[in-house]
Amino acid sequence: MAGVGSACLFAGLLTALYAAAASLYGARSGRREVVVSGRRAIYCLAGLMVGATAVLQSAFLRSDFSYALVAEGSSTDTPTFYKATAMWATQDGSLLLWALLLSVFSSTVLFLTRRSLREIAPYATAVLAVVAGFFLLLMVGWENPFGTLASPPAEGSGLNPLLRHPAMMIHPPMLYTGYVGFAIPFAFAVGALITRNTGADWIRATRKFALVAWTFLGTGIMLGALWSYTELGWGGYWAWDPVENASLMPWLFGTAFLHSIMVQEKRGMLKVWNVFLIIGTFVLALLGTFLVRSGILDSIHAFGASTIGVQFLVFIALVIVGSTALVISRLPHLRSEARLDSLLSREAFFLLNNLVLVGLCLVIFWGTFFPLISEAITGTEASVGPPWFNRLTTPLALVLALLMGIGPVVAWRRITPAGLRRALMWPVLATALVLVALLALTSSAERPLAQLMFCLVAFVLAVVVQEFWRGAAARRTISGDPWPRALSRLVARNRRRYGGYLAHAGLVVLFLGVAGSSAFLDQRDVRISPGERFTSGGYSITYLRPTATLGADRAGTGAPITLGAVLRARDKNGKTFLLRPSRNFYPTQDGSKGAIGRFFEGEATSEVDVRWGLRRDVWTAVRPDISALDGPIREANAKFGDASGDVQAVVIAAIVERYRRHAPPATFRAIVSPLVSWIWIGAGIVVLGALIAAWPSPEARLRRARSLYAARLGRDLRAEAS
Amino acid sequence: MEYAAALIVLLCLVAFVVVWPLLRGEGSPAPDEGAREELEAAKEAKYREIRDAELDLQMGKLSSTDHRAIDRELRGEAIEILQRLDELERVTPGR
Repeated sequence: MAGVGSACLFAGLLTALYAAAASLYGARSGRREVVVSGRRAIYCLAGLMVGATAVLQSAFLRSDFSYALVAEGSSTDTPTFYKATAMWATQDGSLLLWALLLSVFSSTVLFLTRRSLREIAPYATAVLAVVAGFFLLLMVGWENPFGTLASPPAEGSGLNPLLRHPAMMIHPPMLYTGYVGFAIPFAFAVGALITRNTGADWIRATRKFALVAWTFLGTGIMLGALWSYTELGWGGYWAWDPVENASLMPWLFGTAFLHSIMVQEKRGMLKVWNVFLIIGTFVLALLGTFLVRSGILDSIHAFGASTIGVQFLVFIALVIVGSTALVISRLPHLRSEARLDSLLSREAFFLLNNLVLVGLCLVIFWGTFFPLISEAITGTEASVGPPWFNRLTTPLALVLALLMGIGPVVAWRRITPAGLRRALMWPVLATALVLVALLALTSSAERPLAQLMFCLVAFVLAVVVQEFWRGAAARRTISGDPWPRALSRLVARNRRRYGGYLAHAGLVVLFLGVAGSSAFLDQRDVRISPGERFTSGGYSITYLRPTATLGADRAGTGAPITLGAVLRARDKNGKTFLLRPSRNFYPTQDGSKGAIGRFFEGEATSEVDVRWGLRRDVWTAVRPDISALDGPIREANAKFGDASGDVQAVVIAAIVERYRRHAPPATFRAIVSPLVSWIWIGAGIVVLGALIAAWPSPEARLRRARSLYAARLGRDLRAEAS
Repeated sequence: MEYAAALIVLLCLVAFVVVWPLLRGEGSPAPDEGAREELEAAKEAKYREIRDAELDLQMGKLSSTDHRAIDRELRGEAIEILQRLDELERVTPGR
């Protein structure tokens, strides 16, 4: 079947080229049937990519090691869930996932716009086809996921143990959906520029794709953070790692874009800025895809060096140069249709928020690429660490939070200073109360920046509550509905606005978690024996006993050996609970380690144990010292190297039991991290807000209500016109 | 062999799908069809803006003077869209 998969790719490449050529010719010649043919080619491309993916997935699920990719990234003992998701743990598989998602997204948007945007859509089709063609060319020319081995091994290497985590398996498709989703507004922006249709039509047609992309990208970033927190064993969720930064940058640009397009829709302003933002977002998405596997920057998330770095960089350069030239050539058509009426207007605050978001992105870009820049200039690679990022991004995050609070209360076009004072009175009062409570009840004054962030969080939440309250009150005045009904109708009729406010609330809740956990974190690293104890963040933690199991790791990753510890934590009030951190050991295929030794000297991963809590998390990891087992392992290698598998299993069990009975001191890391759970809760609220804002069709009754409103308004307007 | 056979079959299938509209001359509906959809979308967006401004007035974000000015402007823009739709309706009635 590998031949069928390869044929799907090559046919896909030819189909993408045809789609691009037919769409361009159709648009230039005005022959609609050729444009339709080009659009249909994109549908075919989606079918071909689904076929190719099905072939590869089938090979993974069957553990068909004649496929080089399956032999490299899976094994018979890899759990089925991880076999099904191992495709995107490899570079070739990731490229196929990109092409699959892009073709499906492209087909969807082209189907939805088949009767509208008649001038723009063909050019957008061509752009999407070229992007898809690039990824297909990479696979056909350099990284074919359907490459086969002349002599397949009996067993595969297995999926990288670090990737055997549910969040990590969902994380790449989420990120890629985000990256790919931004290709849609990018393509339509290019189409709008080419055809000089620079109004808001292309934005209206693709806004929801941008929102969906933004949501998926954000969710992917958070899943990556969760994976880092629970799998990597260092205890943090964000390390300002190049790959993490590479996913954050397009999200920041995308956030700016989602706000800025509202200004163009409402006022016909910021047209150049909007095309700049979407081009930037798409370029950063390509850069993010490239960085994960390029190996050009050291990263804990980079799993293998790329052989397609040059091709990627050439493509990114072409996108930048081509798009910039197009924007410059169309500048006369991108003039604003209106002027900023007042600095106290929502559009002015959107512009400020955009500048802060882009500023954040520039800081992160500089810090991420500093090693390359310094090497190019000085010949020595130097890098900036998390303190540098924290020092520069914290003030910008504070300003962003402030703008998130003020923006929603300001009306479009203008608000009077008196109106602004009125609108902010209650939120400011609520913030003052929170500040007093913080000073009286907590030690937050020791960390002024964190305290400032807590106050801003309170301010934004107060603004959001006030907006919901005032909106529902206004509806009640009109309809006389009870509060819950008025609130639900308010949100249903203004999904975009109130979904956005909820996303703001979620984001500041996330900021609350970040500020609390980074400013008040308490970390201890100790090496202790069973029976000994240490303290961390007000908890007394005792190492009760070691644990050692075979084939029974709690996370179900398929690890044959798990060594760990049982800890008892006691808080200041005497309340106790148990923690069971462990470390999984995966066998290596390296024969030099010996038949028994290879089970202990392969990859090992931390399985941390976290006591989750709304006030604080107690996070623990253990690193068992297995050097004491070197002697018995050497002896077992010599005596049982040629023994049957059953005998070797018994020997391994005996060595593991020996560790349990005579455990040497183990190294522990314990972190007591306040408020960290609010990061995940905040992210959930953001997703909820985005879902409300993007929800496709209103309920039938609402549609009827809107139609009635539209009919009434239409009658009024026609009467006014006549 | 498997590769060549699969490629031929797949390309034939794709060719059938993409050539069909060329043979049938599909995709040549009246040029106003797309314009109508775009105008309808623009009309909906403008109505939404008028409703937003009303909500802002009710919530006290806009003074009644500011709201009157904004509403007048938005209604003027909406009338322009309606007139273009009427024009389209006159050219191709009954669609």
